[in-house]
Amino acid sequence: MKDVLESILRGIGTGSVYALLGLGFVIIYKATRVISFAQPAFMLAGAVLVTYLVKPLGFFVALVVAALVTGALALGVERLAVRPMIGRPVFTVAIITLGIDIAVRVVVNALIGLDVRHVGDPWGLDTWKLPGGILIEQRHVAMVVTTAVLIAGLFLFFRYTRTGLAMRAASYDQEAALAQGVSVGAVFALSWALAGALAAVAGTFAAVGGSVSESLWLVALTALPVIILGGLDSLPGAVVGGLVVGVVQEVTATYQGDFPWLGGNFSVVTPYVVMLLILLVRPYGLFGTREVERV
Amino acid sequence: MRNRPLLRTSYGQEVALLDTTSKRVAVGGLLVVAFALPWLVQDEMLQLLGVACVTAVGAIGLNIVTGLAGQVSLGHAFFLAIGAYTAAALAGDPEGRTIGFGITEVLIWLPAAGLAAAVAGVLVAPLATRLRGLYLAIVTLGLVFIGAHVINEWSELTGGPGVGRQPPAPSLLGYDLNTTDAFLTRDQKLYLLMLVLLVLAALTARNLARSRVGRAFTAIRDRDIAAGVIGVNLARYKTVAFGVSSFYAGCAGALLYVGAGYFDPTSFNLLLSVQYIAMILIGGAGTVSGAVLGAFLITLLPRLTREVPSFLPFISNSPVESPNAYQLETVLYGVLIIVFLIFEPRGLFGIWIRLRNYWKAWPFSY
Repeated sequence: MKDVLESILRGIGTGSVYALLGLGFVIIYKATRVISFAQPAFMLAGAVLVTYLVKPLGFFVALVVAALVTGALALGVERLAVRPMIGRPVFTVAIITLGIDIAVRVVVNALIGLDVRHVGDPWGLDTWKLPGGILIEQRHVAMVVTTAVLIAGLFLFFRYTRTGLAMRAASYDQEAALAQGVSVGAVFALSWALAGALAAVAGTFAAVGGSVSESLWLVALTALPVIILGGLDSLPGAVVGGLVVGVVQEVTATYQGDFPWLGGNFSVVTPYVVMLLILLVRPYGLFGTREVERV
Repeated sequence: MRNRPLLRTSYGQEVALLDTTSKRVAVGGLLVVAFALPWLVQDEMLQLLGVACVTAVGAIGLNIVTGLAGQVSLGHAFFLAIGAYTAAALAGDPEGRTIGFGITEVLIWLPAAGLAAAVAGVLVAPLATRLRGLYLAIVTLGLVFIGAHVINEWSELTGGPGVGRQPPAPSLLGYDLNTTDAFLTRDQKLYLLMLVLLVLAALTARNLARSRVGRAFTAIRDRDIAAGVIGVNLARYKTVAFGVSSFYAGCAGALLYVGAGYFDPTSFNLLLSVQYIAMILIGGAGTVSGAVLGAFLITLLPRLTREVPSFLPFISNSPVESPNAYQLETVLYGVLIIVFLIFEPRGLFGIWIRLRNYWKAWPFSY
C-alpha cells in the first residue's frame, strides 16, 4: 500500500511536468492546427540555459530568464520558418518543425558538451515524511505547485484578458476573428512564445534532481502520447492526460520487476501503450472535439 | 511521329513508362552506367552505393504510403526492423549466440522478410482507417518506441543493445555472395544484388502508381472523403498501402546492414524514420525517381560532410570537439528539410522539372 501511494505521488509529480509540456503542444495546435515537433528542442534549450544562468542569478531568477529567452527563441523560429508556410498542408508544417527540432537540438547538445550539468535546484532528492511513513520527494511537490500556478495563470489569461479572448477567437474561427480586428499573426507568435516558455520551465523541472543530458529529449516526446490521450485541442485534456501518463508510468516502474517478461525499463514505453489502447476506443482522445468532415 | 513527340494516338502511349526518346536514352544510359560501376569505382565506394540502393528501396516504400496514399507514417523504422530481424534470424547460424535457422538462400529470406513486415503493416492499418492526419503520425511514432523496446529487450534474437548480431549472409541459388572469389569481390556482388533489387522495386512501384490501385491511393491522398464518395474502398486501400509499403521496408531492412556485417538494435529509432521522411520530402513526395534521388542524397551526405573539414578548418573531424562534421551532418538534415519544404515543396524532382521546362522553351521564358 505504501509503495502504491508513493509511486502515485511520484507519478503526479512527473505527470505535472508532462502536463506543462502537453499544454505547450496544445496551445500551438489550437492556434495553428499544427503539432510542433520543435517543443523537445525548446525544452532542452530552456534546461541548458538554466544550467548556465544558475551560478550568477540563482535558480528561480534563472528559471524565469530561461523561460523568457526560450519564448523569444520560439518566437523567432515561428517568424522565420513557420509563418511563410501559412495556408500549406499541416503535415508539411509539422515536418518543418521536425527539421527545426533536429537543427536546434544539435546546437543545444553542443552546449551541453561532455560535462555533467545540473540545474542547481534547491530540492535535489530530499524528501518529506507524511503520516503513515509515506515519503514524498520535495521536487515533486515543487513540480505540482509550479504547474498548478502556471495553469491557474493561463486560465485567468485566456478567460479574462483581451489577448486571451483574441486567442480563443482565433482558434475557434480564424477568418471571423480577422474580421473582428484580431491580429491572427500576433496570436500565432504569442502561442509559440507561450509554448516555448512552458517547455523551458518543464525541461528545467524534468532535470531537477538529475542532470541535463541529451536524453531529456525523450521526456519531451512523452508529451506526444499525453496530448493524443487528452485530445489534441483540449487544454484540460493535456493536464488530465499528463497526470494519467505520469501515474501509470511510475506505478509500472514500481511493479515491473514482478513481470520480468515485460523486459527492463518497460515504464518508458507505457505512455505509448496507453495511447494505443485509448485511441482504439476513442479516436479523438478523451476530451478532443470530433472533427466535422466535409468534402 | 518522329517530329511530333507529344502526339499521342492511344491510351497506351499516354500512360507509357518511357514515353519519349530522350527518357528512353536517359534511363538506358543510367542503367548501363549503374551496372558498369562495379568495375569503375573502389569497393569502399561500392559498399556505400549498395547501401544507398537498399535505402532507396525503403524510401520508395515510404513514398507509397506517405507520398501516394497520403498516410503520414513515422513508423518506417519499425517495419525496417521487422524485415532486418526476420532475415537475420532465417539466415543466421543455427549454432550461433542468437536465433538462427541457417537458410542463407536470398530468394527465401528476402521475400520472407518483406512478407513479415507486410503482415505487421496490415495489422497496423486498422489504426490508419480510424485515425487521420497528425493523430496517425503520432501513433506510428509510438510504434517505433514500442518496437525499439521489444528488440532492445529480446536479446536472443537481436543480441541486445551494444552487442548486436550479424546480418544475413546472402547466397543466390547456392552461389555464395558473401565472399570474394576469382570473378567478383564481395562488395561487387552485393552491389549488383542491391542494384537489381532497386530496379525491380522502382519498376514495380512505378507500375503500381499508374494502375487502378495507384489512382485510388492518390484519390485518398487528395481528399479521402471525396474518394470514399466516388466508390474507393478506404479501409481496403489504406490497408493495401500499408502492406505494400511495409513489404518494401522489410526487404530494405533485410539487406540494409549486409554490407556492414553487423547491426545493433538501437539503430531502429525515431531518427531513422525521420531520415526516411527527409528522403522522400527532399527528393519529391509522390514520385519514384524523387524517392531514389532523396535516398542517394541522404545516404551520401555523411560521406560529403566528412570532406568538409579539409575545406573549412574550423570544423573538426573529431567527435569530441564542436563544431564537428557529425554535428554538421545532423544540422544539414534539419536545414535541408526546412529549406526544401519552404522553397521547393516538390523537392529535387521539382527542381529537375523546372530545369527541363526552362530548356524546353529556351530561349523563350515560357
